Amino acid sequence: MTGIYFLILALLLIGVFGVITQKNLIKIIISVSIIEAAVNLFLIFVGYRAGGEAPIITERFADTAEFARLSVDPFPQAMVLTSIVISVSLTALLIVISLRLYHIYGTYDINRIWGEADPDND
Amino acid sequence: MLIGAFVALYTDELLSAVIALGAIGFGSSGIFLLLRAPDLAITQVVVEVITLVLLIRATMVIGAHTAGGKKQLLPYLVAGGIVGGLFIFSVFTLQNMPEIGSSVMDRIDDAPSLYYLLQGLDLTGSTNQVMSVLLDFRAYDTLGEATVIFTAVLGGLTLLRKNGRAEPNE
Repeated sequence: MTGIYFLILALLLIGVFGVITQKNLIKIIISVSIIEAAVNLFLIFVGYRAGGEAPIITERFADTAEFARLSVDPFPQAMVLTSIVISVSLTALLIVISLRLYHIYGTYDINRIWGEADPDND
Repeated sequence: MLIGAFVALYTDELLSAVIALGAIGFGSSGIFLLLRAPDLAITQVVVEVITLVLLIRATMVIGAHTAGGKKQLLPYLVAGGIVGGLFIFSVFTLQNMPEIGSSVMDRIDDAPSLYYLLQGLDLTGSTNQVMSVLLDFRAYDTLGEATVIFTAVLGGLTLLRKNGRAEPNE
């Protein structure tokens, strides 16, 4: 069953590889988003309990003790919720910065941006 | 989702890459639903739509539809080294991970999650324990999250403003 962890690890490593090797700013932003998705999935898998219920109290549970025995872990879910919202603001800020760079340099290619910013370095 | 990640990185069309990222996001939303996290699934869908709209706006500028360019060898070597090292380290770490399905709070006495589950209804009056953790027990985290969003919006407005910007020299 721990094989799912390796699938998530593969997703994370694809993202890291993309951040280092890609030349296009949009592709780099996409790679960062892939890393975020992988980390969020990993945290939710750590908090999962086999055959568990969603952490919402309904009439089906006799008391909170039975609820605590059946429910999945609410704590990673709350933290990942925070993480998702922060990641979308990070992505939005990165997109705005790269749009501004596009307005100045007319390209998303980081090699050409670097070449125009520093003429000595061709 | 793995296929989506490969497509997102190795297609030349930027729009296809953005759509593949959408596949990853909605796929992870479905997995959240299977793992009994409905709040996360809803949030992930909303966030994914916002991200897709912003990315398509960034892709639809004139003359930036493809990501071509010559490849260099050095970044691939560096990336291969880093990813390989990370992979070896992670394999040793993941072999010590417990089975999926045995939650952390079953293995630790006095786990905070167990306290939240047992006392959350009495202390906060909320039936949804994710929300009781997010908005009551860990409210300072949410305050910090709101600060981050506010800073991001402020930075975006500052970078995209039209008024009061000096003309570029060239």
